[in-house]
Formats: sequence, C-alpha cells, structure tokens
Amino acid sequence: MATLAAAPGRTWPRQALPGLGLTLGITLAWLGLIVLVPLAALALKPWELGLAGVVDTLLEPRVLAALRMSFGGAAVAALASVPIGILFAWVITRYRFPGRRALDAVLDLPFALPTAVAGLALTALFAPNGWLGAPIEALTGWKVAYTPTGVVVALFFVALPFVVRTVEPVLRDLSLDTEEAAATLGATRLQTILRVVLPALAPATITGFGLGFARAVGEYGSVIFIAGNMPMVSEIAPLLIVVKLEQFNYAAAAAIGLAMLALSFVVLLLLNVWQRRLRRGHE
Amino acid sequence: MNATILSRRSALAATAALAVAPARAQQAPTLLNVSYDPTREFYREFNAAFATTWTARGNPRPGINTSHGGSGRQARSVIDGLAADVVTLALAYDIDAIAERGLIARDWQRRLPHNSSPYISTIVFLVRRGNPKAIRDWGDLIKPGVSVITPNPKTSGGARWNYLAFWAWALRQPGGSAATAEQAVAQLFRQVPVLDTGARGSTTTFVQRGQGDVFLSWENEAHLANQEFAQAGLEIIYPSFSILAEPPVTVVDQNVERRGTRALAEAYLNHLYSEDGQRLAAKHFYRPRDAAILAANAQRFPRIDLVTIDDVFGGWATAQRTHFDDGGVFDRIYRPGR
Repeated sequence: MATLAAAPGRTWPRQALPGLGLTLGITLAWLGLIVLVPLAALALKPWELGLAGVVDTLLEPRVLAALRMSFGGAAVAALASVPIGILFAWVITRYRFPGRRALDAVLDLPFALPTAVAGLALTALFAPNGWLGAPIEALTGWKVAYTPTGVVVALFFVALPFVVRTVEPVLRDLSLDTEEAAATLGATRLQTILRVVLPALAPATITGFGLGFARAVGEYGSVIFIAGNMPMVSEIAPLLIVVKLEQFNYAAAAAIGLAMLALSFVVLLLLNVWQRRLRRGHE
Repeated sequence: MNATILSRRSALAATAALAVAPARAQQAPTLLNVSYDPTREFYREFNAAFATTWTARGNPRPGINTSHGGSGRQARSVIDGLAADVVTLALAYDIDAIAERGLIARDWQRRLPHNSSPYISTIVFLVRRGNPKAIRDWGDLIKPGVSVITPNPKTSGGARWNYLAFWAWALRQPGGSAATAEQAVAQLFRQVPVLDTGARGSTTTFVQRGQGDVFLSWENEAHLANQEFAQAGLEIIYPSFSILAEPPVTVVDQNVERRGTRALAEAYLNHLYSEDGQRLAAKHFYRPRDAAILAANAQRFPRIDLVTIDDVFGGWATAQRTHFDDGGVFDRIYRPGR
C-alpha cells in the first residue's frame, strides 16, 4: 500500500488523481442502465408464472436436455480449446516465421465474424456431403453436422480465440530465465513445460476457459445451422428460449434465460475463486 | 406488461420504425408491410405496381417498405412496437396474437373477402430428380428408409401447415383417429434428421446440403427452389390432397390511426384483390382467389383437393393449443422413452 494514507475522519481516501466522481458516476450509470436494469427485468419476468410454474418449466425433460446440451457442449468445447489455444499462443509468441503476423490477425476473425456466417460455413464443411463431412463419415462412420458433435464443433470455433488471447500476453511476458534455470538444473524440455511454463500460465488459462465457456453457453447463431436441432438430442437452450418466445410465452423464455444466467454465474464464480487461489499459490 | 423484458429488441424495433417512417407523414406517406419470409419476391414486385396505381389516382407517390422474417417473430416485433401499417403473415394465429394485445380489431378476419386471405397456397413435396424413393403421396413419407426435411413446427409457420396436412391425411385413412394420427406423426418425425427453424433454412438443408429424400414445402417455395437451383435437379410432386393454407393480411389499426395512413393501408390491401394484384400473386406461385386468373394459370396450379384448418381442426386457436403449445402433441412426440 504505497498510496496516500486515509486522512483521519474520512471514509474515502483522498485521491491523487482527479475525476473520481465523474468516472465512477459514468461507470455506475452504464452498469445500471445497460446491465443491471435489463437483468433485473429478466429476473422479475419469470415469476409471473409463480414459483411452481418456473420450476415446472425448468424441469421439463426437453428443457433439462437442452440445458445439458448447452452447458455440456460449452464445457467440452472450452476444455478442447485449452490445449489447442495454448499451442496457438505458443506458436505465435515463441517462433518467428513468414506469415506470423497474418496468422496472428486471422486468430481474431471469429470475434468479428457474424456467428450465423460461421455457422453456415461450418455446416457446409461438415455436412454429410461437405468437404470434411463426407471423408470423415466414410472413414470413421462418424457424423458431425446435425448431431451433438456438430454443436461442440461450432462452440469450439467461438471459444478458441478467448483462450488464445488470454494466454498469449502472459506467455509473451514470461521471462525465459526460469526456463533456462530449469534447463541448467537438468530438466528435460517436457519437464520444463509441464512444471514451469504451464503452472505460470494456469491463471490465464482458467480465465480464457471461463470466457470461452461463457461465450459458448449463450451461443445461438453459429450452432443453429449445424445442430440439426432435434429435441432431446441436439437442441440447445437458447433455441428453446426462441421456441417459447414463438409461442408468445415471455415468462417461460425468461425462466430458461434466468436459469442459464444463474448457472453461468456459479460456474464463473467457481473459476474465479480457483484462479485466485492458484495465483496466490504461484506468487 | 407485454414484452418489456427484451428491451434491446424493442429498442431495435423502435429504431427500425424511425428509420422507415419519418414523421412527415403528410408530404411523403410511407407504409410498412410486415410480412414473412417466402413473400419477399412477391411483395417487391407488388409494391412497385401498387405505388404506380396509387400515384395514377392523383396521390403523392408513397414509399413502401417491407420487412420479412419468420412469421411468429414478425408478429412479436409488431407487438413490441414495430410500427407496421399492415401485416401480411403466414397464419391467422400470428395476427390473432397481435389482436389480443389490442393493436388490431378482434374481428379483423371478417374485414376483407375470403377470410382476409387474398391468395392461398398449399403444401407440396420437393424430391430429387427421377424421384428415386417413388414418393407420390403422404403415406410414402413414413415408408422405411425415407428421410423427410421439414422445419420445426414450434418455430416455423410453414412447418405447422406441413404437420397439419399430414395429420389430416392420417385421419382420412381407414380406421383413422386422433390416436392413429398421433402415431403416424410421431413416425414421420422419427424420419426427420434435421429440424431447421424456418422454411428458408430447410430449403438450404435439402437442396445444398443434400439431406433427406423429400422436402415438405410451401408450393411457392418449391417452385422458387426449383427455378433457383435448376442444376440441383429437383421435382415437385403434388400429393393426392393437401391443406388449404390461407396467409392472411390486415391493417394494424392502432398504428394507422396514429400515423394517419389508414386510407393508404386499406388501398394497399385492396389492391391485393385487384386483377393486377391477383396476376402478380399467380406469377409468384401464390394461388389467386380470382377464378378467371386462376383458370388462366391452370398449368401452374394443378387441381388438388384441399382441406381447411376450420374443417379438420376447428380453427387455428384449437389447432395451436392441441398440437403446438407446450405439452401439446408435438411435445409428446419428443418425450424420452417413448
């Protein structure tokens, strides 16, 4: 704590930098108007059904199956993007090769691409008559598009850049000293990576995983084309929300939305706690 | 009360309304027609034709905008504040939903001739060239090994017509009852590998992704796909009978009163019933109500026995409640452990 000590009798410390009132005011106003008010409306809406109605809505087998699909698919996709994402980050930070900058830029494209476009492209690629879908099915008998696998593929596509972009700056700042020290002490390259590099990357990796997971849970546009949308099999929760809205059933739609919000919040909170603990252990 | 949770959508709708409807309604009148997906091509041509007629009657040239999307979603946008002057949707149920919120008079369907449906359509089959699975009628859809493409009836108005047409067929079979029809429909959906959310998505799945042996489609969508994807090699099959689809139109009373566009909106809808409008509908493969124009296009519209929602299902409200609402027949089909 190198900042100014609080003057006696003041509850707020004196600020060296002016403008606290204005900036904090803008922040809180934005948070209130754009985030909290809509979320409060979402949280209030389902109770028009009454508690029993909300519980009934959420316990419908189709809703449970869709929530399982969305959260399970997002978890698998985010997990899969951890090793691949670290690999990508490693390649663009540690090596110098022609086209590296271009590759670096391309990795951000999934952020900018309208997800429906991504979904259409992935479906065309993985459909049973697509460039990849046809050979995969011929060789392994495995269908990708129009199955839960297709959902995971689409979610992986949207989750991956989050892992790459959170791990990459940490990897870039990681000093080579520790790795060299490990090598001097006789560690093999593999041991160095497993015992030195990856632990240092762990907090950032968890953040990337959490962001990718959160993004994938709510994903709609890219999934809807490739999923096949079969109830109980490959139907995602956001689609069920749309289905409820299509019946003008706003309250049930909000109930599913609220459940997703609560589940995501719990998952992100747990990740946050875990990440803090790791970071403390690391320092 | 209604529809305030998704305020982002309302804001978008309001912005869209501002963009298409500047406040100077007296000088340059504008009209917003909120419609559903497959009418895009038809209304593009119809709007130009109507504007010409209306101007020729000594009125200032109106600006006519059309918004397209899934029928149910379009109805929701109007409920949430999209300032539509007229709605031209896929089913009466969607307009009823707007009327329930007080934006349209309850008796809207009696205000224009023919149940306020200036053109009709039906459901036909689209198959691959040569019809390899020999699909001729509804019964062939549930033969083993036949894979069927239809959108999800929960999200697509067109798909509800598909479903109800098949149900009507099942009822007509010897010994047909609600129970046998439900079994047949359950079998049908076991043979559906992909449920898209709308008719256009299903067209893509069938034509471009090569999924399924037969695609249940609006008659006009089938013809459009046939023209658009001539190289894909498709054939239209007319089953022995089908359902009479009546896409209805009406004026959104609250909006035209507020914007002072009632005369223009009513003239617009009446023009759909005129010779000009009927001819354009036929050109875009909607069956015209005008007997003479229908006869002139006889080779486009093969005679087909059509049943109505009112006769078989007792109206849209009942059909919707029995089949598509939560806990209805469609949900029962997808219960686990059936």
